[in-house]
Amino acid sequence: MIPAAFDYIRAGSAEEALAALAEHGDEAKLLAGGHSLLPLMKLRLATPAVLVDIGRLDDLSYINDAGDHLAIGALTRHRDVETSALVQSQAGLLAEATSHVGDPQVRHRGTIGGSIAHGDPASDLPSVMLAMRATLVARGPGGEREIAVDDFFTGFLETSLGDDELLTEIRVPKMPDATWGFQKFNRRAQDWAIVGVSAIVSNGSAGVGLVNMDSTPVRAAGVEAALAGGASASDAAEAAAEGTNPPSDLNAGPEYREHLARVLTRRALEAAGR
Amino acid sequence: MEVTVTINGDSHSHDVEPRTLLVHYIRDVVGLTGTNIGCDTSSCGACTIHVNGESVKSCTMLAVQADGQDLLTIEGLADGDVLHPMQESFRQCHALQCGYCTPGMVMAAVSLLDENPDPTEREVRIGLEGNLCRCTGYHNIVKAVLHCAEASS
Repeated sequence: MIPAAFDYIRAGSAEEALAALAEHGDEAKLLAGGHSLLPLMKLRLATPAVLVDIGRLDDLSYINDAGDHLAIGALTRHRDVETSALVQSQAGLLAEATSHVGDPQVRHRGTIGGSIAHGDPASDLPSVMLAMRATLVARGPGGEREIAVDDFFTGFLETSLGDDELLTEIRVPKMPDATWGFQKFNRRAQDWAIVGVSAIVSNGSAGVGLVNMDSTPVRAAGVEAALAGGASASDAAEAAAEGTNPPSDLNAGPEYREHLARVLTRRALEAAGR
Repeated sequence: MEVTVTINGDSHSHDVEPRTLLVHYIRDVVGLTGTNIGCDTSSCGACTIHVNGESVKSCTMLAVQADGQDLLTIEGLADGDVLHPMQESFRQCHALQCGYCTPGMVMAAVSLLDENPDPTEREVRIGLEGNLCRCTGYHNIVKAVLHCAEASS
């Protein structure tokens, strides 16, 4: 399978990438590691006229301690997140979930920013972003802006990033004392989650994000509210599918996914010590 | 677009269409056909090569993305007639049946041991999750990787 023809622009800097986006608008797509976009292009489900390759912007690959949060460059590869001592100690849930993205080959190429900007409800990392209440930083012609993760995922494979914007940084609150659980249910090791759950408990408050339970990555708000009200893990987990609209595909129908969400949420909360 | 890559120590330059996949470039343009195409959907790992020393699925990378990079394919692993220790372990442990997945398996396994020289059996199984063997010959493949790790330590 070969992608449809496109014009290729290799950006030498974030500014060059932004200039290319400004020129080509919604005709252009950004290419980072390519492990979300290229499979879609090979199936001709995506046919961008222009591909702007940002894969060499090494200045957007970093993991920094920024006081109350970790600042992670959007082009940091999964492998580097997964093996970072800083991420492991301050955001263990993110390190663990990242180690379940795809397989080693995918993690050598794929990037945290690419995975999140793709906005796929079946991806693992958006659920972590929701559970940890991350902030996404975007750069556009008008400068930089911060986007709360709850405002980021707007539709199926759609985010609040503008056509002329570049996701540059992911800010994850440091939670060294948090307890957490990550659950991913699939049939083959490297597959997308049929359903997945990220749960984290820190200073008595809980965050729970769901994988593949709606057309966008979603927060299990009912579970969080139940936990805040003092419910046990098993009681709170009963609310996991509330308000969701799970997809139906070859692997599972909505009812099965709702069941999985409840079971996996309970397991994730129990792993988090609730 | 002009692409220059180093493959198994040799420099190659060609004018390619931007949409050319790296695996097609390696097989059809450079003529190194040891790297197989299996699923073509980044599931099976048959096309695994090393890019700058790390395992990568070459069906999910454009040739233009590899411009200036250092590539290693299965043809570059042996030292003349002397097999790489991983190839030798695969031979000794009968870790191949039809052989189709073998180039990708070996390249993934070498990358795995580079990152984790002394893995447990479970770590080998998880580390090879990106490679499928259609003969389901996993048992001996895992044995071969463990054997290679032991022989190298």
